[in-house]
Parts: sequence; structure tokens; C-alpha cells
Amino acid sequence: MNLLQTGFDGLLALGLIWLAWRALACPDLFRGIVLFIAFGLLMALAWVRLEAPDVALAEAAIGAGLTGALLLAALARLNRTAAAQTLPREAWRSGPALLLVLAGAGLGLAVLSLIPEPAGLQAQVAAELGRSGVSNPVTAVLLNFRGYDTLLELLVLLLALLAAWSLDADPPRREAPAGAVLDMLLRLLLPVLVLAAAYLLWAGAHAPGGAFQAGAVLGAAGVLALLAGWRLQPHLTGTPLRLAVTIGPGGFLLVAWAFAAGRPAAAGISAGTRRRSDPADRDPGHPVHRRHPGSAVPGLAARRR
Amino acid sequence: MTGPDYLSALLLLAGALFFLAGTLGLLRFPDVYTRLHALTKADNVGLGLIVLGLALQSGSWLVAGKLVLIWLLVLLAGASVAHLIARGARQRGIPEWRR
Repeated sequence: MNLLQTGFDGLLALGLIWLAWRALACPDLFRGIVLFIAFGLLMALAWVRLEAPDVALAEAAIGAGLTGALLLAALARLNRTAAAQTLPREAWRSGPALLLVLAGAGLGLAVLSLIPEPAGLQAQVAAELGRSGVSNPVTAVLLNFRGYDTLLELLVLLLALLAAWSLDADPPRREAPAGAVLDMLLRLLLPVLVLAAAYLLWAGAHAPGGAFQAGAVLGAAGVLALLAGWRLQPHLTGTPLRLAVTIGPGGFLLVAWAFAAGRPAAAGISAGTRRRSDPADRDPGHPVHRRHPGSAVPGLAARRR
Repeated sequence: MTGPDYLSALLLLAGALFFLAGTLGLLRFPDVYTRLHALTKADNVGLGLIVLGLALQSGSWLVAGKLVLIWLLVLLAGASVAHLIARGARQRGIPEWRR
């Protein structure tokens, strides 16, 4: 049995390296993207073998699914002639190659010099897990112990959306009609994807899953709908859409502000030191720690891992 | 091993056979349409057999139901994507293989 597992892991590692090499070296852009998606799926499998199912879920949803779809969409938007052209084979460049080899060797040395069982912060997380309101340590760290950090990333996403909107006010129309089959598939699949995202978010409290994975699934659903040429109704794209994308960060800031105003001691203490600084302040049931993964805009949370 | 174990071993082996045949077809068949034909067999029947074999081993209706759901989703996506690829190939004027 052990031999089987070692063999499988070895094949997986070799397959990953081979796929990465092929994806980079392949002159055809489309083929490169397909290889990249296959690489993401094998990478998810590797994370499962490393017993990190949270990362595996994120890798499958973001690395393979969402990024793959975005790359394909970008390829479709490239000039058709440019997309049809294959990249010229670049000559071997010794400078960057040497740099890569050095960096790879450094990384390898760093990994080899790690102590086998690093203590990390696992003990602290386990000790405080009861206060966090969830039983999954990864979710506890992401949404509770460093909740400000995670949730304020929504503001970063909002800024990115603002930039995208100001650069590209008019999203491109689809070139060819999607066809009845794709429309039908989306009609069946989109509700399932929304449900799956809600399930991932809910399950994240006690099992692998959580807001990032749920957001990735929602984001993939959105990309799928865009690829099929679905667009929001014009009467929804104005104020309602803007309201929808600001309500999450806005609500979070409002709650945080009310929380800080209600407890002067907590105001002005940064997110990193907050939990340790004030014992009276460690209320895991407080809305600041618990509410926002749901009310924030999860589709946006997907864009950043 | 008991009866259900033998049955699920049989189902898993049959499923693996379908995947092997589908992969061979994907690699060896002459054009995109015949390759799609081979691939959908592996996805639909092969995965169905493997899901049945695993569901027998799961020992819980909940897990078995989840496995069957995964199979149904793959059926839906696989059939639609095969259709889309074939349609795209026809629109680009890729001819069918003739002996």
C-alpha cells in the first residue's frame, strides 16, 4: 500500500513538473492554457495528498477553474489574427535561466532546512478555537483571528472593480450566439453553482471550505454567464449594481465603526494586535467576527486568494 | 471480502476499463468527432460505474447521494461540452474523417 502511494505521489510530482514545463514552452496559446488548467487540477490533487483540503478546494476553484476561464476569455478577446499566430520560439536565454536555477536551488535548500514538524501557530489557534465561533481552524484564522485583514480585502476588490470600470466602460458583446445547449446548461448549472457556493460558505464553519472557495465558485458562475453572453438587464446595471457591490464593505465598515465607537478601548488598535490586547474585547460572537462573510459580495472575494 | 465488496470491485474495474478505452480512443482516433465519441463514453459510463462502486463502499446514503450528484453534474457538463466542441469544430469547417 505504501509503495502504491509513493508511486502515485512520484507520478503526480513528475506530472506537475512536466505539465508546467509544457504549459510554458508550448508555442500555441490555447494549448498552453489547457495545459495550465490541467496543471491546476493536478495541483489540487497534490494538495489533497498533502492533507490540505482547504487549499485543494481553493486551487481547483481558483487556480484551475476561474483562472482558466479568465485566460480563455482573454484569448477569445485577443485579435483573431494575433490569437491564431503562434509565439515564435525564443532562443534559450542564459541570464534568466541562471537566475531561475539559482532561485530554485535556494528554495530547495530552504525547504530542506525546514524542521520536520514546525510548531507554527497551531497551538495558539487550537487554544483559541473555542472562542472563534467555528470549529475549522483555517476559517477561524481567516475570518475570525484576522477578520479585519480578510474582510477589508473587500475594499481592495472594490478599488479593482472601480479601475476596471473606468478602463472599460462598455463590456464587449458576444460575437456569436451561444446556442441553445449552452443556454440550457447555464440555466441548469447556475442555480446549482449558487447553491454550491452557499454550501461551501456554510460548511466552512466546521469543515474545509469557506468564503474564498465559495466566492471562487460564484465568480466562476459569473464568468460562465459572461462567456455565454449573458448580461445584466440595463435597469439593473446602474444604481442597483453599484449598491450591491458597495453594500458588503459598507456594512462591514459600519459595524466596525459602531463597534469601535461603542468600545473606545478597541478603537485605534490595529487588527494584528487587537485580539491579544484587550481581553474584554475578545467576544467571538460579536457581529464583526461572524456576519460579514455572508453579506459581503462573495463573487468579488474570489478574485483574490 | 463480502458480496458487496466483490460487486464494487467489479464495478470499479469495469469503470477503469471504460476510462482506459476512452483514453486510448482520445489518443488514437483520427479526428475530433470520433475522439469526442470515445471521451464521452469514459466520462459518462466509466464515471457512472466508478461512482456506483464507490457508493457501495461508502456505507451511508448521504455520501452515496453526493457521489451520484457528482456523476449527474459531470453527465450534464460532459454532454454539453462535447456538443459545444463538436459544434465549434463544424463551424470551423473541420471535416469528418473518412476512410
